[in-house]
Amino acid sequence: MTNTLHRFGDVESFRDDYVIFAIPSRGKNDKGSVPKLRQFLEMALPYHPVNLGDALHGGALRPSREMRPTAHWNRDMTPDFRAVIAGVDAPTTVAAVFDNRPAAEDFLKAVKTADLGMCVNISTSIDGAEQCCHAADQPRHSVGYSLGFEGKTEKLPNTQVLMLSTMCGHGMIGFSLAKKMIDWVKEGRRTPEQAVTYMARFCSCGVYNPSRAKRILEDARHRMR
Amino acid sequence: MFINPKKCVACGNCTYVCPMGAIYIDPAINRATIDRNECVECYGCFNGLSQEHLNPAVVRTMRSFFKMLRLRFEPEPDVCPTAAFEPDKLEWPRTVRRAFSDPRVPHESTGVSGRGTEEVKTNDISGRVKVGEVGFTIEFGRPGVGVWFHEIQKMASALAKAGVHFEKKNPVTSLMTDVATGTIREDVLGEKVLSAILEIKTTVDRTEEIIRLVWEVEKQIDTVISIGVGTRCDEQGEENVVAPILERLGYKLARAKTNVGLGKITMKDEEARQPEPAGAIM
Repeated sequence: MTNTLHRFGDVESFRDDYVIFAIPSRGKNDKGSVPKLRQFLEMALPYHPVNLGDALHGGALRPSREMRPTAHWNRDMTPDFRAVIAGVDAPTTVAAVFDNRPAAEDFLKAVKTADLGMCVNISTSIDGAEQCCHAADQPRHSVGYSLGFEGKTEKLPNTQVLMLSTMCGHGMIGFSLAKKMIDWVKEGRRTPEQAVTYMARFCSCGVYNPSRAKRILEDARHRMR
Repeated sequence: MFINPKKCVACGNCTYVCPMGAIYIDPAINRATIDRNECVECYGCFNGLSQEHLNPAVVRTMRSFFKMLRLRFEPEPDVCPTAAFEPDKLEWPRTVRRAFSDPRVPHESTGVSGRGTEEVKTNDISGRVKVGEVGFTIEFGRPGVGVWFHEIQKMASALAKAGVHFEKKNPVTSLMTDVATGTIREDVLGEKVLSAILEIKTTVDRTEEIIRLVWEVEKQIDTVISIGVGTRCDEQGEENVVAPILERLGYKLARAKTNVGLGKITMKDEEARQPEPAGAIM
């Protein structure tokens, strides 16, 4: 599905949002793709991604099936990138999320040099993707434009809730949770960093951008639109 | 999905995490309850909430005591303290809800993984959208609203009348009894899903016509719609054909998914009949 395509926001709001993902095509290059997908994720680490993900197992922050009661006071909020890489065990889509263009550009250059043969896509602003391709000296092959949301848009919430929730295009971060996290940050009941980790755990493929989410929460602390 | 009333302590955490807002605390029983009509079986609650395994009786007693003192225990908001969520066995046609709503589940009901297909994401080796062509993804229900299949039917019929071709390997297409008329099988029309995508391909010169048609039909559909438009770039990586059409129609193009063009075909024809890559497509 078009999971990262329809993130809500204007061009400026995507300045810290670069999702680069590798996808095998069935019957074309999916056989033997698992080591290449792992390599893709491994190669992202030196460029300091803010999230890594695998569409089958999730991202670097995951829910726990056996949470201890003490976790309410000392919960580990560290993203586990190694677990994501080790967890890739079948052909699927894998993604690395960056919060700045230089890192995305350098990673794309490295991916091009590695010549993995996987289909590689960038999901960000149109201009941001063009600049990454230009830096890697790689002409774009195809482009899929988002035309945004239409129809019964009166059913949608305010822009900040929408920006937070649409970072999981699979819809796993409900409007109510995003609104609750904004409220908790405004009330000082949780820090933006904590609020972001709660939401990121619901993202089932690891494309949630904690860095952008934190910025949106900081912004929302001061004003609601 | 089922919430075990013997385990639920009515903490209310799950009422916020349900993408459809289908969970509420039923005051008659003081337990979290799922509105089965609105639930799309996305498993967001079961998969997304961390689980503790506390004794429900102890937790209820503590909560009652704190409530009496007007004290608030503020637990982590993404936790079910008693692991009260229990997946129940789904029967057809309700299985369709999960197939279209839980991103980690292959479409057992339709035979296709994910809500959509590879679109232009693998276009560098699939050649699905060629120069002069446009691929549309018309997604219903996203974000956070959901859609009933009888609503999707309206758009499918209108597009079929316009003579477009639906993508064959698409979950909605696979639910059609007649692709020529866009008729979706009757037994799923009463099912609600988190989102579903109609995928079509046409020639560039029909771009405006198709979008105007979508505009007209979406007025009759009680949900939100997000449109994606995929096309080829030229040899220099430029795309100056479709974007101007979209901008002329009033769209402010901000975000896109860009296929960089690094894919390579590595499999021989005889290897091609393998199961498709699993998991939802991003």
